[in-house]
This record gives sequence, C-alpha cells and structure tokens, in this order.
Amino acid sequence: MERVLLIACGALAKEILELKRLNGWNHLDLTCLPAELHLYPEKIPERVELAVKEHRQSHSSIFVVYADCGTGGLLRRKCEELGVGMIDGPHCYSFFEGNQKFAEHAVEEMTTFYLTDFLVRQFDSFVWRPLGLGKHPELRDMYFGNYERLVYLAQTEDPQLDRLAEECAARLGLEYKRRYTGYGDLAVALGSVAEPQTGSGLSSGRGWA
Amino acid sequence: MSDEDEEELILSELSDEELVPQMHDDLYDGLKEEVEEGVYILLERGWEPYAVLTNALVEGMRIVGIDFRDGILFVPEVLLAANAMKTGMAILKPLLAETGAPRMGKMVIGTVKGDIHDIGKNLVSMMMEGAGFEVVDLGINNPVENYLEAIENEKPDILGMSALLTTTMPYMKVVIDRLVELGLRDDFVVLVGGAPLNEDFSKAIGADAYCRDAAVAVETAKEFMARKHNVLSAG
Ligand code: B12
Repeated sequence: MERVLLIACGALAKEILELKRLNGWNHLDLTCLPAELHLYPEKIPERVELAVKEHRQSHSSIFVVYADCGTGGLLRRKCEELGVGMIDGPHCYSFFEGNQKFAEHAVEEMTTFYLTDFLVRQFDSFVWRPLGLGKHPELRDMYFGNYERLVYLAQTEDPQLDRLAEECAARLGLEYKRRYTGYGDLAVALGSVAEPQTGSGLSSGRGWA
Repeated sequence: MSDEDEEELILSELSDEELVPQMHDDLYDGLKEEVEEGVYILLERGWEPYAVLTNALVEGMRIVGIDFRDGILFVPEVLLAANAMKTGMAILKPLLAETGAPRMGKMVIGTVKGDIHDIGKNLVSMMMEGAGFEVVDLGINNPVENYLEAIENEKPDILGMSALLTTTMPYMKVVIDRLVELGLRDDFVVLVGGAPLNEDFSKAIGADAYCRDAAVAVETAKEFMARKHNVLSAG
C-alpha cells in the first residue's frame, strides 16, 4: 500500500499511534509539530507548510492532522494551496467528540472548559504554567471567572486520568464532569486516509482493542 | 542575594526623567503597588492627570503590547501589566473627569455570542479609555440584540466586536448584516478584532477595519474620528 505521511499536532501523537495499532495501519508514517503551537496558532500554517515541503520528497501522499485550531481558516487555505488534506472542524475538543455533536451542545456548554487525555496528562505544561497560574494564582479568576464547569472529554477509559482530571477541575475552581468520546472524527478522518477505497471497518477505539 | 544587591529603589527620590521610565518597567513587570506609588508621586509634583495617564501608563502599556506582539511576553504577563495599569487608572479617572481630558469619542464594545474570551477585549477597552475614548463594555456572549440596544442608548461613534473562536467569528457578520438591514450601519465605524481574524475576513463581513492589537485599535479609532471631524467641518 502507498505510504502516507501524517503531519500532526504533537498533542495528538499518542492517539494517532494507538489508532494505527488498533487498525493495523502500518503504511501510515507520523511526524509531529510541537504541541505548544496551539498557544500560538498564528504560527501553525507556516510550520505546516515547511513540514509539507520538507517531506514532499519522501512522501507523495501527505495528510495534515490538525483542525483549524484558531487559524481563522488560514490553515485550510494553506492546505488547499499545498494540495493536502486536513481534519474538519474548529479544534481537537470538537473532533474528538464528533464535530456535529460538539456543535449541538455549544450553547449549553458555553461556560465549559474542556480537557482531553493529552491535556489531563500535560495539564501543568499546557494549561497551568503557560497561563502563569503557578506563579500568579490570583489570575485564576481573570481567566476562569466566567466558567462553571470542566468537562474531561475522555479518549480512553482510564480511572487514573479521570482522577487527575477531577483534580484539575478543583485547581481551577470548576465543577467536574467526564464524558467518554473515544477518538471520534479523528478515527473517521484517519480511516479515510488509510483506507480510501473502503472507508469503513475502522476502529474508533471502544470495544475494538 | 545580598542586602547590597537588593538596594531598594526609592521612587520619590527619582527625578521625573528617571521616574517615568521606571514606571514603564514596573508596569512591564506587573508591579501594582509601585505603579500606584509612581502615579501619586507625579500628581504631587503637579503633573496633569492626563499627562500621567499618557506618558506613564499608556506608554508603558504600549511597550508591553509590542513585546506581546513579538512573542517576548505571553498572556499572563500582559494580564499582570494590565492589572497594574488599571490600578493607576482608577486613581486618575475621577481626576480626569474633574480636570477635563480630551474627549475622543464613544465606543461600544463586546465579545460576540457564543464566545466568552475577554482578555483582548478588556485590554482594548482599557487602552481606548487611556486614549480618551468613553467605552461602554457589553462583556461577553453578546447576541445582536445587545449591540442594538447599546447603539440606541449610547449613540456610539464606534462599535467594536471581539471573537477568539473560529466558530464565533462569523457572528460578526450576523450583527453587521442586521445593522445594514436596519439602515444603521453607516452611523458609526465598526472595528473588529481577536486572534483568529484577519484583514480579508474583516473586509468580507463589511467591517470598517480589523485591528491586530490594542495599539492599532487606538490608532485606527483616532484616524476615523479625525476623518469624521474633517467631513463635518468641510460640510
Ligand atoms: C487565554 C486563552 C483562553 C482563556 C480565556 C480567558 C478569558 N477570560 O478570556 C481560557 C484558558 C479560559 C480559554 C478557554 C478556551 N479556549 Co482559549 N485561548 C486563549 C489563548 C491562549 C490566548 C487568548 C488571549 O487572551 N490572548 C491575549 C489577548 C491580549 O490577545 P487577543 O485576545 O488576541 O486580543 C488582542 C487582539 O486580538 C485585539 N482584539 C481582540 N479583540 C478585539 C476587539 C476589537 C474591537 C479590536 C479593535 C481589537 C481586538 O486586541 C487585543 C489586545 O491587543 C488563545 C490562543 C491565542 N494565542 O490566541 C486560545 C484560543 C483562542 N482558545 C481556544 C479554545 C479552543 C478554547 C477552549 C474551547 C479550550 C478548552 N480547553 O475548553 C475554551 C473556550 C471554551 C468556551 N466555552 O468558549 C482556541 C480557539 C480555536 C478555534 N478554532 O477557534 C485558541 C486559538 C487556542 C487553540 N489553538 O486551541 N482560552
């Protein structure tokens, strides 16, 4: 089978490797850009472009595993220009849950802050410290004063992450809820990249492992 | 650190020429009390409140803005600096009302429906106030009705909308379309901002300008006000 290169956000690496393993997608290669870029979305289109150009020689087929991620449509435009596909949707919280489902409860969950498996594991490095909350706990209410709840969108069934996520909620002063999503639209998107003809028979996590 | 190294800086012993840049540094470092003290010292030395605001606070925040844009500072540093500036402004505000600061115009600003990001919007509000605009802040998650009501009650010169999410940016067009429908669109200038926006988007939805940051917002607002006055005095 033709090898396909996935150029992905580092925050998705573990999930992508797991989907590869579950579905036996051995012809998918993976390279990642630093997850920190999600705090600087204005840099994403340029970094993706560099990565695509760098790997054009080795892979004729490339897929970008990013949603819009706050680039205001510029990443999509860049991917179209480069002739590579990317994931639909605004961000990973949305595609893990399924873009349609996420959009449906956007209004109800306006005051919700989301975590994913990655963010629960990396809470200190990607939420707490970049927001300066370690040194300046007094800033918490300026960030989260309008939030009521933390919802942990869980990609896997892992009681330890559940416990950690609950702790994160307490640190932010938010009510806690966990919702299992599996890999959602990420599995669908990678499935159509890995098996363009069949487009079915892929595993989205639960029950297949 | 030894005591000698830590030699305490006595702000009141600094000359004006030393104190103002020191206040810029303190603002940059988010040192609320120091900024507050500096404001009192300058006032005691007979500075006009408006001069304190412009030379010490706004100028300091402008420097913070540049370093944020250039990636040297990130959000928490900007928030801390903004807090320090806010403390200084709270002292100056009543005095400004008494002594009469230049009035530039009036702005209604709010984050659009579906979005509760407000740090950027708050910063724009503060810098607009610092530049002499009266600002009516509608807060977060504003449906079109809120903007319409504020427009009717406040008769602003400028309407500002903020969005940080790709999913909420399009709502700005909903507001603008509604203003067009009601024949109100040309009564004021519409400025839009927020990290995921860009110039093309602003043009496409029919805003007057996209502002990359608070400093650009102030400059753009001033330009539009100057144009308005020119048109009025010419007509
Ligand atoms: C801080 C932040 C938060 C804070 C917000 C706190 C608050 N009270 O506002 C917290 C941590 C709570 C948060 C939450 C979320 N966030 Co957030 N957030 C950011 C972050 C890192 C910085 C935004 C910011 O405050 N910048 C600092 C200010 C000073 O800059 P600014 O907002 O751009 O404003 C300047 C200019 O844009 C301009 N401007 C702004 N508004 C206006 C208005 C006018 C009229 C004018 C003229 C100018 C102007 O002037 C301002 C001052 O210079 C951005 C990433 C980024 N780098 O932009 C993500 C980001 C915007 N968030 C994002 C997301 C996804 C979320 C969440 C969904 C994440 C989650 N885990 O749940 C939630 C939102 C949930 C919800 N229900 O809405 C995404 C959006 C992706 C997308 N496709 O839209 C981003 C891009 C991060 C990412 N790449 O994932 N977020």
